[in-house]
Amino acid sequence: MSDLEQFRAETRAWLEANVPASMREPMRGEGDANWGGRKADYSKNPDQKLYMDRMAERGWTVPDWPKAYGGGGLSAAEAKILREEMARLKCRNPLNSFGISMLGPALLKYGTEEQKLEHLPRIARGEIRWCQGYSEPNAGSDLAGLQTSAVSDGDDYIVNGQKVWTSYADRADWIFCLVRTSKESKQGGISFLLFDMDSPGVSTKPILLISGYSPFCETFFDNVRVPKKNRVHDENKGWDVAKYLLGHEREMISGMGLASPGGNPLIEGAIATIGLDAQSRLADPILRAQLALFEVRSKAFSAMSERFIDQLKAGQAHPAQPSMMKYYGTELNKDRHELIMASGGSDTLEWESERSNGGAKPRAWLRTKANSIEGGTSEVQLNIIAKRILELPS
Amino acid sequence: MPLYLNDEQTMLRESAQQFVSEAAPVSHMRALRDANDATGFSRDLWKQFAEMGFTGILIPEADGGLGLGHVEAGVVLEEIGRNLSPSPFLTTAVAAVAALNGTAQRERWFPGILAGETVAALAIDERAKHGDAIGMKAERSGNGFKLTGAKQFVAHGHVADLLIVAARTAGSPEDHDGVTLFAVSKDAANLTADPQRLADASLAARMTFDGVAVDADAVIGEVDGGRAVLNALLGAGRTGAAAEMLGVGGGAMDMTVQYLKERKQFGVLIGSFQALQHRAAHLYSELEVARAAVLKAQQLLDAGDAKADEAVSVAKAMAGMASTLAVQEGVQMHGGIGMTDEYDIGFYMKRGRVLAELFGDTNYHADALARAAGY
Repeated sequence: MSDLEQFRAETRAWLEANVPASMREPMRGEGDANWGGRKADYSKNPDQKLYMDRMAERGWTVPDWPKAYGGGGLSAAEAKILREEMARLKCRNPLNSFGISMLGPALLKYGTEEQKLEHLPRIARGEIRWCQGYSEPNAGSDLAGLQTSAVSDGDDYIVNGQKVWTSYADRADWIFCLVRTSKESKQGGISFLLFDMDSPGVSTKPILLISGYSPFCETFFDNVRVPKKNRVHDENKGWDVAKYLLGHEREMISGMGLASPGGNPLIEGAIATIGLDAQSRLADPILRAQLALFEVRSKAFSAMSERFIDQLKAGQAHPAQPSMMKYYGTELNKDRHELIMASGGSDTLEWESERSNGGAKPRAWLRTKANSIEGGTSEVQLNIIAKRILELPS
Repeated sequence: MPLYLNDEQTMLRESAQQFVSEAAPVSHMRALRDANDATGFSRDLWKQFAEMGFTGILIPEADGGLGLGHVEAGVVLEEIGRNLSPSPFLTTAVAAVAALNGTAQRERWFPGILAGETVAALAIDERAKHGDAIGMKAERSGNGFKLTGAKQFVAHGHVADLLIVAARTAGSPEDHDGVTLFAVSKDAANLTADPQRLADASLAARMTFDGVAVDADAVIGEVDGGRAVLNALLGAGRTGAAAEMLGVGGGAMDMTVQYLKERKQFGVLIGSFQALQHRAAHLYSELEVARAAVLKAQQLLDAGDAKADEAVSVAKAMAGMASTLAVQEGVQMHGGIGMTDEYDIGFYMKRGRVLAELFGDTNYHADALARAAGY
């Protein structure tokens, strides 16, 4: 047996023995996701914490990070096997985290050793929940137009300003934040700061969305004191960190375009509602055709996703490729949820009933509409592809 | 196996790029068309393909070939697509070799394919739309069989040395079982070919079998068990056609993006217009996704994976959608010049349409996926 085959066998055995049964069921809604952090409430399902802790102990919440920072130290091939075995068992994600998908990679590249040792293991163990302070009112897609200021005061910065669309800021423990440290240059006057959301002067207010949820907040900074040692990379060089992190954010969001492992809820849902005709075909031939063509794109995008990860690990991906993944994945995901709504008919319109799991489907449908806006709109991604990959003129 | 080309495959791509673009660029195809060439491709070029080793890519080393896989065949096909090179490579060195591989028939036909002397054609379609039904009859007669019926859309059928024919030895046209594949030589009596020039200037024949007698040893694989051989042929052919479509779509996109960087209107390069940038970027995305789907299908076919059939349908359907978009956007973004015969972009549109139809179009394969998924 090769080393990889042995790794697969051991991984499978460990997962089977250690992943609680309730963590192998499909999530019914966003409420089933575990984001960790100081404010996490595990009273509804203690398995979430048990599962996260067991995975974190092996470094498997961040399988490809170095062991010194709480990771699993796995090779690309091993990490892929772990993903495959988790999918095979329909394991949920043990920990959803902007620390893992966004800040971690940026710290690994730009952080000091001290910053890495302070933050990465706590991210890996799900102890600290992070939020992202990027967008500002009136900036929108023109991210570098941000105005939140950080003024030097001895060993600290004094931060003033307002952020918007800060995902889960009200539940986060720390924030990674873009601030203006110089007005001399638009992109060259931005710095990247980390600070505790419990710092005096930080306040947040949730924004109610069309889904009825409030995943986003407005966040206000009123003379917030942030130690300079919490600045990642040089002063006025924060845009480099921001761009690098955005690539990872786009990669993460593009994953939403992938079908969840195990079964095909889209097709199963359509069959359940509409039924099959005498030839065992979906009784709505036009919807059947739409579903089939969607499945072609969806399966092709799964292959693209696998290829993208393989290329990233091999250093072969174009630096702007995450923009393509983000664009395609989020547009595809919107299509998927339109089809879920069309397949479910009036059943998918119930907003509060127990039968509809509190309107999980319509709320998820509405939530996907943000995918092609957050993290850079589809139009911004297309601009990036056109300019940086196709090298079209300005 | 990672979903990108390894070092050897990248080297093969470089040599295929150089060879095809020099030996058979678009002007080669245009010249054949302008000469109203009755063969439809260059026999000399086919010899050169053999000298490069390309015709033996899928032939096992034990049979004198290179023993490589569908990934490598696809590398060559993509360059064929990009240069619109008329060639029997897809039908002969890919689909026919996949059908003959491991059968007794290989000893008779592989040497000629390796030498670039034999051209194979596939007589499998009986209607204007590719389907699974096979009506052509093969009735036992003496020591062999007599083939009766008609086939169409047989590329190179009028000049092929070898015809691979799917016929029915039992059951009715819609039945899955009861199909047998035959290797028929071009000099068989009672076989007529009516070659027709297609929109892309290639030639495909309507073929009539009026009691064509073949020996029992013309059977490829097992009598009544031809679906296995046909599946191997179609898996290779579909994946190969998808790879060629990537080349056609990619070639059309490259021409178009280049044009956007050169053509000025309103005093500026049209490539600076956001409306066109977004369409070009969307097209790029569709082609990248198609490329991943094609590579996935090639790798699964090479690995003999049980999921290969699904991946092949995804690849053919996705490549069909992406390359269709590429040629349509190509002509549109070129404006009026894109409608002229003098300019090459229209050739991409024509070739793309033929490949989209070959071995089942996007709808056929989407339907196959739906049926396999139980809806």
